[in-house]
Amino acid sequence: MTQFLEVVLRGLGSGSIYALLALGFVIIYKSTGVISFAQPAMMLTGATITSYVGPALGVMLFTGFSFFVSVAVAALLTAVLALVIERGAIRPMVGRPAFVVAIITIGIDIVVRVVTSGFIGLGARNIPNPWGLERVELAGLRVQERHLVSLATLALVVAVLFWFYRYTRHGLAMRAAAFDQEAALTQGVSVGSVFALSWAMAGALAAVAGSLLAISAGVDRQIWIVALVALPAIILGGLDSLEGAVVGGLAVGVVEALVGTYQRDYAPWLGDNFAVVSPYVLMLLVLLAKPYGIFGTPEVRRV
Amino acid sequence: MTTLSTGSDRAPRQAATRARRGARLSGRPQLYRSYAQELALFNTRPKRIWVGIIVLAALGLSQMLTDNHLNTLALAYAFAIGALGLNIITGLAGQVSLGHAFFLGVGAYTAAAISGDPDGRTIGFGITNILVWLPAAGLVAGLAGVLVAPLATRLRGLYLAIVTLGLVFIGEHLFREWSDLTGGAGVGREAAVPELFGIEFARDGDYLTSDQKFYLLMLVLLLVFALGARNLARSRTGRSFAAVRDRDMAAEMMAINLPRAKTVAFAISSFYAGCSGALIYSIIGFFEPSSFGLLLSVQFIAMVLIGGAGTVSGAVMGALFITLLPTLTRELPAYLPFISGQVTDTPNVFQLEQVLYGLLIVGFLLFEPRGLFGIWIRIRNYWKGWPFSY
Repeated sequence: MTQFLEVVLRGLGSGSIYALLALGFVIIYKSTGVISFAQPAMMLTGATITSYVGPALGVMLFTGFSFFVSVAVAALLTAVLALVIERGAIRPMVGRPAFVVAIITIGIDIVVRVVTSGFIGLGARNIPNPWGLERVELAGLRVQERHLVSLATLALVVAVLFWFYRYTRHGLAMRAAAFDQEAALTQGVSVGSVFALSWAMAGALAAVAGSLLAISAGVDRQIWIVALVALPAIILGGLDSLEGAVVGGLAVGVVEALVGTYQRDYAPWLGDNFAVVSPYVLMLLVLLAKPYGIFGTPEVRRV
Repeated sequence: MTTLSTGSDRAPRQAATRARRGARLSGRPQLYRSYAQELALFNTRPKRIWVGIIVLAALGLSQMLTDNHLNTLALAYAFAIGALGLNIITGLAGQVSLGHAFFLGVGAYTAAAISGDPDGRTIGFGITNILVWLPAAGLVAGLAGVLVAPLATRLRGLYLAIVTLGLVFIGEHLFREWSDLTGGAGVGREAAVPELFGIEFARDGDYLTSDQKFYLLMLVLLLVFALGARNLARSRTGRSFAAVRDRDMAAEMMAINLPRAKTVAFAISSFYAGCSGALIYSIIGFFEPSSFGLLLSVQFIAMVLIGGAGTVSGAVMGALFITLLPTLTRELPAYLPFISGQVTDTPNVFQLEQVLYGLLIVGFLLFEPRGLFGIWIRIRNYWKGWPFSY
């Protein structure tokens, strides 16, 4: 039982990273109707910036503080990059089919990722942080500190997002644009800036997620694959649901951790490392039952 | 019509036949006088002539180019078959599939298993006749397509894109783990052995070298598959695909069975992918599970989009362009000294190549959504109207 709970906690930890990424996907999807396949590149870029800023700051500040500052800087810079991309490649495509824009983001993803990989080099770049792989005892359960940090970050982000969408003018504008772009336009909402803002927010979230991910093993060229795991998460939750993104991300993390721990004993025929693909299998199973995810709104089609 | 054909006079009858088939007016290539005429395989005479010239030129190349270049071109033709397949599902039926690499893998492994050495390390049945393993590869991949289709018919647009992306990851896992068939990750296995009526393509013959034989085989197969794709597009099935793409609800109103149309589209597209996978690796000779990753799918997407979605000639052009791109970029270090030919350096040609894929996809979609085909149309129209710009 203790092992089971420890595994679940670990899953929630990595799940909160998926949830942060999934939130980015959903924020873009809600306001622009497009899935941005450029999120993996944003994550990689964010983590790389952190790995450059962190050591530079580390000389002046103590590690815990420098980690947070460098993540904030990375989030800001990645948001700027996302703004540039949105302005340059996505805005001209307004009104074109969503699938075309999605393919454009694949192209952008490749470009940004390869350029960023050049700055990473062949090995892994460390991000200085106070946790590493340290464990802590919590109510009889031994958990890695980094998982708790990820969970806390997710909680903070969700709280801020809730406040933002509920109580600010821009949040209201984003909700209006998501509900009906044309109606929002007639009410004086600048839909263009809503697009820009959502890309910037998604970029910043991806940077945070990437930095958290890199706490354990550093930043290498391959970590972008992790961002794709957020795709099953958003499908599970439903593409247009923020709660769904959080729940889906956590669920995917937990399932992955459980499969990783128990599959070898109970279903060895699925092969080694089945945990890596388990999110995708889970996604297929859920979609067979609910084609629009668990929290997603079924699309209403009018003739 | 009836009165004409039953009339005793011959002249009206001939006129009627001509009207049905549609006689062409000289100097008015775009004037169609019957529906059948517009739907014809080559609906204008220049098309017929140009296709003839291109095919002859391609045949001639087999004697003129060096073996190295022929090998690259043969690969490009094999890739073009796969691009035609993706073009059917994405360009014609409008269903975005990122899972093309998976179907290529299914085809490649089926062919390799059928033609493989029965006493070897991996599964093999020793039937090397290309007439056996090529259709089998296509059929098994097509079957895989049919199995995936129930999901596809329930989903629309981007949901489908993500699900097919998941398919690639699941497929990669399957290929990695089923080491009896695939040789396992990092090890790999021999690809299909091509042999036709006693001709062994992997060996140099008396008259033709191995590369020349491969080149000719791929050229003929590409022609067959391209004709098939073109004929499909103008058949009842193909037109129902286009209707689904343009507006699925309207298609449904016109009594097109949506699930059926999508399933058939997936099956045919996967058939092409399977054949393409089998052929590509029969040229290369050896392959391992990691070949069928997301990058391969993206390459095919790039081929279709850069070539021009929805057109056969576009898909072939796109495939040739993308497959020949590495050959061009490999030459670059000689001219641009800051780009290295080594994988370990930055920036190197391999990175440059990937960046080019990305930039080309973005650039074409932003500035010329009809792809290379669209550029060709623009050039044609310019010269047609020359010296008038309107």
